[in-house]
Amino acid sequence: MRHGRVRFLLGALLPALVLHVVFVLSPYAQAFYLSLTDWTGVAGSAHFVGAANYARLGGDALFLDAVRNNAVMLLVVPLVTIGLGLFLASMLHLGGRGGRRGIAGSGAYQIVYFFPQLLSLVVIAVLWGFVYNPNTGLLNSGLRAAGLGALARSWLAEPHLALPAVMAVLIWSSVGFYVVLFSAAIDAIPKELFEAALIDGAGGWHTFRRVTLPLVRESVQVAFVYLGIAALDAFAVVQVMTVGPGGPDGATEVIGLSLYRTAFTYGKFGYASAMGVALFFATLTLAVLALRGGRRERLELS
Amino acid sequence: MQPELPLRPYPTRRSILRTAVTAAASAPLLAACVTSGKDDKPAAAGGTKSATNPLGVPPDAALEVVVFAGGYGDDYARKAEALYTKEFPKAKVDHKGLQKVGEAMQPRFVANTPPDVVDNTGAGRLDLATLVAAKQLSSLAEVLDAPAFDTPGKKVRDTLLPGVVEDGTFGTDVVALNFTYTVWGVWYSKSLFAQRGWTYPKTWDDMLALCATIKKSGIAPWTYQGKYPEYINDPLLSMAAKTGGPDLVKAVDNLEPNAWKAAGLASAAAAFAELAGKGYLMAGSEALSHTEAQAAWCQRKAAFIPCGSWLESEQKGVTPAGFDMVMGAVPSRSSADVRPVTAVQAASSESYLVPARAKNRAGGLEYLRALFSNESARGFAQSASTLPSVAGATDGLTLSSGLGSVRDAVTAAGSDTFTYRFRTWYAPLAKAVDDATGELVNRRIDAGAWATRVQKAADAVAKDSSIQKYTR
Repeated sequence: MRHGRVRFLLGALLPALVLHVVFVLSPYAQAFYLSLTDWTGVAGSAHFVGAANYARLGGDALFLDAVRNNAVMLLVVPLVTIGLGLFLASMLHLGGRGGRRGIAGSGAYQIVYFFPQLLSLVVIAVLWGFVYNPNTGLLNSGLRAAGLGALARSWLAEPHLALPAVMAVLIWSSVGFYVVLFSAAIDAIPKELFEAALIDGAGGWHTFRRVTLPLVRESVQVAFVYLGIAALDAFAVVQVMTVGPGGPDGATEVIGLSLYRTAFTYGKFGYASAMGVALFFATLTLAVLALRGGRRERLELS
Repeated sequence: MQPELPLRPYPTRRSILRTAVTAAASAPLLAACVTSGKDDKPAAAGGTKSATNPLGVPPDAALEVVVFAGGYGDDYARKAEALYTKEFPKAKVDHKGLQKVGEAMQPRFVANTPPDVVDNTGAGRLDLATLVAAKQLSSLAEVLDAPAFDTPGKKVRDTLLPGVVEDGTFGTDVVALNFTYTVWGVWYSKSLFAQRGWTYPKTWDDMLALCATIKKSGIAPWTYQGKYPEYINDPLLSMAAKTGGPDLVKAVDNLEPNAWKAAGLASAAAAFAELAGKGYLMAGSEALSHTEAQAAWCQRKAAFIPCGSWLESEQKGVTPAGFDMVMGAVPSRSSADVRPVTAVQAASSESYLVPARAKNRAGGLEYLRALFSNESARGFAQSASTLPSVAGATDGLTLSSGLGSVRDAVTAAGSDTFTYRFRTWYAPLAKAVDDATGELVNRRIDAGAWATRVQKAADAVAKDSSIQKYTR
């Protein structure tokens, strides 16, 4: 009997394990190996160059630009997105009269907020490219129509505005999803807790700070990891939307774009793999830190 | 209500480390997968060489042709295949028209099973310098010295426009033959200029004077494809090449010390800084894509736009009737210029390659001989309204206004055509030049800082031992 069980378990697990090794682990392993070679992407062979590719990363000005920009995005995008997401989600649930229900029409809002999630990121980048067009774009036309023509800018072509413009798109495209995520988390909080807070005389801010936030902490933590990974990527939006792309003059360069250009334009797959491995460890560190940092004992609600 | 919290929503440190170690340990086992192709050459089965079969094509061998099916389509390539099968009726031709040639061909080069002919063109093309360094390409000298397909008494080499053979040369070998001939210049609407009484300037001083007049009339003098600063690079580098002549271009391409600080380049950079400084660039140009800037130009919001000779076909659906676009040569910077004002930057593109490990290498070469025949090139000029790189292919044809102006520019230039090779040889340097020029025409750096920046990038490429060097 016991024998059959082992066989059954093996039969169930092995195919999945094999698929995982072939399609997930082996590409990783190959990338690790290639990062130590000078593979050009078209040659049948590659020479082992040791850590030379990694040593090169530190002196590559454009790559360092990319690291800086990704770091800025990593600071701004998750914070703003989660802040907005939490604000909108609480408003949808508790912003109404008396603090017991959502504002009028909250269901419709929730659907509208989710819309950007239905579009592919490339489509979003193309659309926002039109919005940011300095002469005919929605943003500048709107400013001019409102009599604020002096505020109109060449959003994607000015070095200090280009990165914020890209981050705005990333935030716009992801807020809706986190509104829905946090709404679900708030829904799971027992209504009595909010009622108790109300009876104790807590205002909107206090209810949020003392009741809602601690009880949706796990969702916020997961959101941080996801958004952090998205902020370390940002390749699609930058590639489609920005000047250059990655410009002006490296102002919106991201690691993914450097990697892509190094591999496919410069034909240095070995060096590009080193960038990929560096990015992999950055992402891994981020995920571990974000999850560990928030590891506290869980609140028991029963 | 019981909130359902997942028990372990995150991986533990231990499980992550374990995974990482497993991955690292399995690396050597799997490492061979990507680069497992063997480097030995296949024995190319040759046929017998004869007057009608100068390259010795095995008459019944199959031929695989991969063509970029972009703006020009791929019908012209099929027509050349028909010429090939007329010669070798027993040969089976496998034609593939692709959009992303690089993506499809990369694994086949790695596995050493490439097709017999590749048209390495389009956004996702493979880097030629990389292919050459990996010894993946055949020398095309044999086909260049073969008799021309349908021009009796001439070799293929002698039927090509100036610069075509050089464009395909890497080191000592010709490895690519480019089928189309591109000329760069400054475009304007002939009808607009006639209506306003403007004449296309021959010198930069005249250009600035005309720009002042144009600006007064309410039209922006220039626009450019700001999202891709390489477009405004072309007139800048053309102007420098006219001032400094072949020596300047050679010094730049050979990565000579201080090549970018030559007087010709400094004065050309200053000219374009001045164009921007005087407000002669249409506001907002710096953020416009090529389609947006070119559309604005077609709507007569700007008078000049720099572009290559593909502009007319690219703007086919957008150009209003009676716009009559024509291309002018970049004006001379000074009367002391080494080259005349008629000199143009011209280069061939649409690179046809024969992979070194092609099964039917002789067939691939023979296909190029057919493709570069007068009959095939003439058909292409008619259907694609683009200049092919075969001399005289457009003789006697009635051409559209843009293509006609391009042909006239080539005729007027005679042997005074030039091209920079650093863009194809050293892609990282091209990127550095584009970025610097973008900053220059947005007045964030001046001509001196431009030269310093670009020189630094050129020096870095020169010093980098991992980049294969070429000289001309």
